[in-house]
Amino acid sequence: MIDPSMTATAQPAPPDYWSMLFVFVLATFIGLGVIRRVSRLLYTPLMSLTNAISAIAVVGSIAVTGAEYPVTIRVLGAIALFASMTNIVSGFLITDRMLKMFKKQ
Amino acid sequence: MTYAVAQVAAILATALFIFSLYWMNDPKTARHAVVAGVTGMLVAVLATWFQPEIVHHGWIVLAILAGFIVGVPLSLVPLTAVPQRTALSHAFGGLAAGLVGTAEYFLGLTENPAQLTAFRVSAIVAEVILGFLTFTGSLMAAGKLQEVKWIPQRPVTYPGQNVVNIGVLVAAVALGVVVVMHPTAAWSGQVFYAIVGLAVLFGVLLIIPIGGADMPTVISILNSYAGLSAVAMGFVLNNKLLVTAGALDGSSGLILSIIMCRAMNRSFTNVLFGAFGTVQKTVAIGEQKAWKQETVEGAAQLLEQASLVVVIPGYGMAVAQAQHKVRELYDQLTKRGITVKFAIHPVAGRMPGHMNVLLAEANIPYTALVEMDEINPDMPQCDVALVIGANDVVNPAARYAKGSPIYGMPIIDADKAKTVLAIKRSKNPGFAGIDNELYVQDNTWMLFGDAKAVIGDLVKQLAGGSGLH
Repeated sequence: MIDPSMTATAQPAPPDYWSMLFVFVLATFIGLGVIRRVSRLLYTPLMSLTNAISAIAVVGSIAVTGAEYPVTIRVLGAIALFASMTNIVSGFLITDRMLKMFKKQ
Repeated sequence: MTYAVAQVAAILATALFIFSLYWMNDPKTARHAVVAGVTGMLVAVLATWFQPEIVHHGWIVLAILAGFIVGVPLSLVPLTAVPQRTALSHAFGGLAAGLVGTAEYFLGLTENPAQLTAFRVSAIVAEVILGFLTFTGSLMAAGKLQEVKWIPQRPVTYPGQNVVNIGVLVAAVALGVVVVMHPTAAWSGQVFYAIVGLAVLFGVLLIIPIGGADMPTVISILNSYAGLSAVAMGFVLNNKLLVTAGALDGSSGLILSIIMCRAMNRSFTNVLFGAFGTVQKTVAIGEQKAWKQETVEGAAQLLEQASLVVVIPGYGMAVAQAQHKVRELYDQLTKRGITVKFAIHPVAGRMPGHMNVLLAEANIPYTALVEMDEINPDMPQCDVALVIGANDVVNPAARYAKGSPIYGMPIIDADKAKTVLAIKRSKNPGFAGIDNELYVQDNTWMLFGDAKAVIGDLVKQLAGGSGLH
């Protein structure tokens, strides 16, 4: 069963999923290497920091919210954008607040 | 041109994120981590925002403003509430991934069916399942941590629970396969909603059998899921920056989960499907011995005569808000030339590293905070082990009592110290419901009462005593 619209629409260059997978595997290894060296004292701020960083999903939300799409789609995007932005703001702020408290003497 | 700018921005942001995590290896450089992270985020957001296809700027500004309005107060919660905030942010991360996945699917369905290739729909399904199960699972975890009334704190179990849970997940994945094979059929949209519903349900079912003692592990696992859902979003949107940042988050969650599991001598499957906190019957240990109670005066004297004091704090200390009094005690003792160290069990507190943050807030220098593995060899030289609100992490039964739920869990060797002083609120057993023979040992003296009040009295006693000399 081939959808006729599939052949009719002009298709942009297909994304290279293999290179994405490649990037994912490499990034995971870098992540494991870097995180393993994180000070055990700082696991709580580490978690709020990585939270904020993974809220990079905000770029996906911006693309869905801001483009010329049907309103319902953009509403979903806007909620996602709000959720990611909350994580960015609270994540970085609370990480800094906690890290400020770690003093040598 | 704009494409090149976006790519350069993504590479720059990736590098900054990796540096950010790298700087977390030492408290001295850790604050650079935040600067690097914020800069990377700013670069990525601006580069995306100025792409030509972004036309509705008003919506973006409003959503960002709303994020600030909610995010700023969330960053100001008391440090005892940081685990809840963290769980909540995993929920937000999962929600964003789930919603973007849903939006991308229906966008494809209504606007451009050619985009719904098998690979892309697979990625969307993975994103939506991971996203929504992380969303509800993390909300449940946050509710349990916040001790919301209508979410049971104790693990909820019923016969066949694991079969039901796995069944729900398998059903969601099976429907996912159906949508991948027929992405544009007339009924595909309904099937997609069913997948969302099952994922939402699975998140709830996954967390209800998990008890409070396992929260540090569960938060770490949910952290990993939140990262993976961002990775899946990266695959859907063909965005390598998302894949990288998500992978960094996912691997961080994975490492923390492994550390937490090891610290409790449990496996992943055991945490997720074992329903900790239900099976254990109180293990009777030998004959019932009696507590020996010590007075504040006596305890102060013991501390004064010590040369090495190891404080073993548990979550009970934070609940009693005793950490600032502990700091005063620390001052009184160090003033006398006594070495004071804090022995931190990896699962002390309610999330990884929680106890360190609570003590740092009380201005205790981080050089005095020592991990379990480093302090245990020194415990026989320790004159006084002061146990404050900790229980299971100092229970010697973990070494030999097979059948005890904490059997095999590495513990801080408080019992090997020359003298043990234990501050305990009541004579009830701890979180896991197990008797603790440490408290009835020959060299253990108990101080019953609220940790903050007891330590306050100790400080007063020590301050008064030094005034006489």
